Amino acid sequence: MKHPAVELTHLDNLWFQVTGTLCNLACTHCFNNSGPNVRTFGFLMIARVRQELEAAAQCGVKEIFFTGGEPFLHPQLPEMFEESLRCAPATVLTNGTIINDRVADRLAEIEQAARYSLEIRISLDSFDEQTNDAIRGPGVFRKVMGAIARLSERGILPLVTVVRTWSDENEPQILPGFVQILKEAGYARPRVKILPALPLGRELVRSPGAHEEPYVTEEMLRGFDRELLMCSNSRVVTDRGVWVCPLLIEMPDAKLGDNLAGAARKYGLRHRACYSCFQYGTICGNVNVQIEGTATHTAAGMRGNA
Amino acid sequence: MTRLALFGGIYSNYRALEAALHDVARRGVDGVYCLGDIGAFGPYPDRAYPLLREVGVHAIQGNYDNSLAEGLADCQCGYTDPRDNYFARLSYTYTFRNTSEENKAWLRTLPLILRLTVEDRRVLLCHGSPRKMNEFLWESTTPDHFLGYLLDQAQADIACVTHSGIKWHRSLPDNRHAVNVGVLGRPENDGQTNVWYTLLTISPSSVGVEFVPVVYNHEALAADMRAEKLPQEFIETILTGWWTTCLEILPHKERARGRY
Repeated sequence: MKHPAVELTHLDNLWFQVTGTLCNLACTHCFNNSGPNVRTFGFLMIARVRQELEAAAQCGVKEIFFTGGEPFLHPQLPEMFEESLRCAPATVLTNGTIINDRVADRLAEIEQAARYSLEIRISLDSFDEQTNDAIRGPGVFRKVMGAIARLSERGILPLVTVVRTWSDENEPQILPGFVQILKEAGYARPRVKILPALPLGRELVRSPGAHEEPYVTEEMLRGFDRELLMCSNSRVVTDRGVWVCPLLIEMPDAKLGDNLAGAARKYGLRHRACYSCFQYGTICGNVNVQIEGTATHTAAGMRGNA
Repeated sequence: MTRLALFGGIYSNYRALEAALHDVARRGVDGVYCLGDIGAFGPYPDRAYPLLREVGVHAIQGNYDNSLAEGLADCQCGYTDPRDNYFARLSYTYTFRNTSEENKAWLRTLPLILRLTVEDRRVLLCHGSPRKMNEFLWESTTPDHFLGYLLDQAQADIACVTHSGIKWHRSLPDNRHAVNVGVLGRPENDGQTNVWYTLLTISPSSVGVEFVPVVYNHEALAADMRAEKLPQEFIETILTGWWTTCLEILPHKERARGRY
């Protein structure tokens, strides 16, 4: 089967796999199998982050993302935020369990001093403590609610991200349920983003047989704006090289080079997870974009009066 | 010296448009440009069009105009939050039903971008960003290097955009400029009821950007919206200056400044 290939149109999003696959939790749906002592990927040195930030700024990067593993396990994460925010807006994807008062103070200080936005994305999988902790681990719900309240008190509005693990009949209760518990925890203006469960990593064990996503074909991409796919606008820096997108770091074929400069080549969409990206738009960004119509300025569409 | 008046996002706010055009006429300018999204959100969509045509405003298509012109199913704002989508749908359905075929046909004739050469500077007018009609360019998420890239790609010295609903101006070190001209349709989430347009003044040696507040009869607009049974949430925005819907698209800094 020939897989459709996607060119890197522009490096809009630079990701750092900052703590590799090391995490203090081992969530049952984790798409890259992160957990305690999982050393498939290791920590990034700050010198490496600095070097790739510089290269990305020269290319006109739009946004910087920090992920893992759990990014806050990295002792130099706050410095990395400060350096990133000098050149672009930054986002961190965290489980929130390490954000104590001291960390929250530091984040507020960094956010207020920054010219660009700092987004703190915190994962939470249910508004019900038991359901959440069955996925994320005992005691996690309370720690996370504490972190959300701490950030909110300091003027930071975290984006709470939720992986869809419920059945369709429960759908109507989900958003109102989150809004209610977040408000009760003192977060007056909750921001919630729901993400699909990805056909990767531990999720395949959690939901056997549930993921029959097809492979993306050329036919599916006909008339589809390929710039909505991560591989057209993103790259991920890990301690073992640069990968095409943050979903596929466990796939050896998705390693494109040793550094950003050497990782600009196109990528063939050969995994089921590529279909999730195709189906839901840029799911890893802060705002999903799924667009109907002809909103791109194509050459044919450029009708300016030059 | 050349002075241009620029605005976007009328969102059917014909009362603010009238006030802005009156102010522009009083000041005197060399050209008036609308960067798209003539309909949406507000009442009586057809009332804005004759005001634009009467004084020869040069307009381009926004995503809303593109959807109305092409008969698309939604406004191409790309919301995923169910609440935002609910209001977006209400607004689009109302605007689609109440925009005449004649005005939809006129929208189809509008270009997607405009390029001007003013005092030897290349000026690009577009709706969202130079590369995409519905890309949001916010002040807090549009870094300098990225703007430099967009201007290089577009072969422009000055890019003027709207779409996000909040104005800003960035002057780059190499004397190039990006301006989000703001919108006339609704206040910019700052607790004030006025809206904004932009005066761009270009001379051989300098580029000046002035944001002009437009105070208009917003209570009359709210009454129109009530008469048309538009959502209370939209009316609240007009009366208070705080956004109540479409909040998911706001980056952290812009969201934190608002009330909701």
